[in-house]
Amino acid sequence: MKATTTADPGTRPAATRDGGDVLRRWWSSEGNEFAGRNLALIGVLVVLVALGVLTRPDLYGDPEWVRNNIFTILQQASAIGVVTVGMTFVIIGGGIDLSVGAIMALAGVWATTVATQSYGAGGMIFTAIAVGVGTGVVNGLLISYGRLVPFIATLAMMVAARGLAASISGKQTQISQNATINGIASTEVLGVPLLVIILAVVVAAGWVLLNRTTFGRRTVAVGGNPEAARLAGINVRWHTLLLYALSGLCCGIGALMLTAQANSAQAAMGNLYELDAIAAAIIGGTLLSGGRGTIVGALFGVLVFSTITNLFAINNLSTESQNMIKGGIIVAAVLIQQFRFGSLTRLFSRG
Amino acid sequence: MKDASRRRLLFGGAAIGAGTLLAACTSNEQTPNTAQTRGPDGANPNASPGKAVTIGFSAPAADHGWMAAITNNAKAQAGAYGDVTFTSVEAGADAAAQRAALDTLISQKPDAIVMLPHDGKELTASGIKAMQAGIPVINLDRAFTQALAYRVMIKGDNYGMGVSAGNYVVAQMKAKGVTSPIIGEIAGIDSLELTQERSQGFKDALAAAGFTVANRRAAEFTVDSGQREATNLLQALPRMDALWNHDDDQGVGVLAAVQQANRNEFIMVGGAGSKAAIEAIQADNSVLKATVTYSPSMASSAISLARLVAQGRGLSDLVELAVPKDITLASETITKENAANYLQLGF
Repeated sequence: MKATTTADPGTRPAATRDGGDVLRRWWSSEGNEFAGRNLALIGVLVVLVALGVLTRPDLYGDPEWVRNNIFTILQQASAIGVVTVGMTFVIIGGGIDLSVGAIMALAGVWATTVATQSYGAGGMIFTAIAVGVGTGVVNGLLISYGRLVPFIATLAMMVAARGLAASISGKQTQISQNATINGIASTEVLGVPLLVIILAVVVAAGWVLLNRTTFGRRTVAVGGNPEAARLAGINVRWHTLLLYALSGLCCGIGALMLTAQANSAQAAMGNLYELDAIAAAIIGGTLLSGGRGTIVGALFGVLVFSTITNLFAINNLSTESQNMIKGGIIVAAVLIQQFRFGSLTRLFSRG
Repeated sequence: MKDASRRRLLFGGAAIGAGTLLAACTSNEQTPNTAQTRGPDGANPNASPGKAVTIGFSAPAADHGWMAAITNNAKAQAGAYGDVTFTSVEAGADAAAQRAALDTLISQKPDAIVMLPHDGKELTASGIKAMQAGIPVINLDRAFTQALAYRVMIKGDNYGMGVSAGNYVVAQMKAKGVTSPIIGEIAGIDSLELTQERSQGFKDALAAAGFTVANRRAAEFTVDSGQREATNLLQALPRMDALWNHDDDQGVGVLAAVQQANRNEFIMVGGAGSKAAIEAIQADNSVLKATVTYSPSMASSAISLARLVAQGRGLSDLVELAVPKDITLASETITKENAANYLQLGF
């Protein structure tokens, strides 16, 4: 362990990062990325909101409604946003987690069974988190120690967790009678909905974890080149396991948020969340091949989706057209990335 | 270090094991709803024991309350007859899986098959195959496209559900003196024909009174999608007079959204008639004032019909010697006044 310390990018001595280096790094990577991709996503958000204002000036003319609508969009983004943070870590680490929606269903359903509810809010929170982390650990064990491809391991978990959720719930909607849990969805702290605060805390924690800790740098290293990371002294298997456990933890938190919002859980809950989370992470600039990604970008990706949903709802447009637009945005966002990170020639030579 | 990680691994394994055990303990055992099963009844000549028959059953393994009730009812109804052997095949996740399961069932040569297809269109060929093999098919709920594919069809009335919901809304608006009401609709999965039929019935019933739907969102029959779409719908319609939600299971999420938005200026109508919805209507402490039925009791009826067909008997109340070909249930409206009668039928 000691011998490899200097080679471990995770524990690189701080001394090498002088002021000029930090400035260069900021300009060349983080600053550049913010100016590029995130600005483009903010632009998309502005356009979507502008479309809302133009199409429904009657609604946007009421400041109280506007405030409610902003919080509605953020609340709709909250559970999927938390899951996307976990997904972003997994993808940066070179993996994929197809089981997030199913884990949310299992965690939600388990936390709302009659037996669990009898332990009160604490028991429900503990169960949801424990189920999330537990299933994440199983994913991690299968992938890092069982040497299964992440796609296969998490696909298996996706099917199995939904099956277990259906059997635990008796295929019935599990109604949450717990006022504390249900209250999470309607509680406001200083005028801000609690769900939005939870999202903000998870995003902030994710950002710090990715950008300011050894864990984050190791994640990037493992995703970028696992062999090099191993040679640099990182316990790649253990780290991979932790990444899936982290994703599971996010699913557990997300499941509680969804349960609070719907006052219930169901085996079909979180349907297709895995695809939304992957799409949001990628729109936010995370490379599907691993090694690069941003948490803030992923958050913007989620916000773009929930803003589209909101825009379509206030204009009474159908779900089908909404899904078509969603598809278009995913393609456009990835094309923008290609323009930014690959040269034009590379883009065309692929065609 | 190595030791520690092994210990961690062992601990993890133990935790998973304990978790599985806990799952077994906390799982909610499904008890069949006895009110949806018709026990042997001395006065009913059809109930008298006949030839021993085997009835095969196949329905999608959906994780939805209504579909769970369908399977439970079929099993319970078959169990109520001493002369019926019940064979069920899991239909799996899609039409192809159900087709494969049905092939296995057909090869076992039961005396009748009750089939709720994933999609009537996709499984018509399987129905024809069974009929050609000499096995009468009782088509449950989702209609086949060809009459050759079934002996009896028994289904709910999706269009009628929409009409009942629409008629109730119209009557309530007239009673309140609202002349141009703002009406919202939370539909189910939009790609399903049943959803389109429900919406069409609703639209037609409203149109008869000169009303229209102001905003319609399609959800996915799940509680979280119901909550999401309802939240957006409520944002889109800051004032509303009536709301129809197609499905009581997703309605749990819709009601949660209504409560979170602190809205109560409108009346809401549900769909299908779940126990939770009927109880809420009876309690009369939410916006939910009515629901229109689409009862899973049709599965029990389908088993009874399959038995009669297999035994070559007719329906004793009808003059006909054989069981009729098509039966469509009526969609009834449950309100506070009659909720007590329907509570036993809630699933």
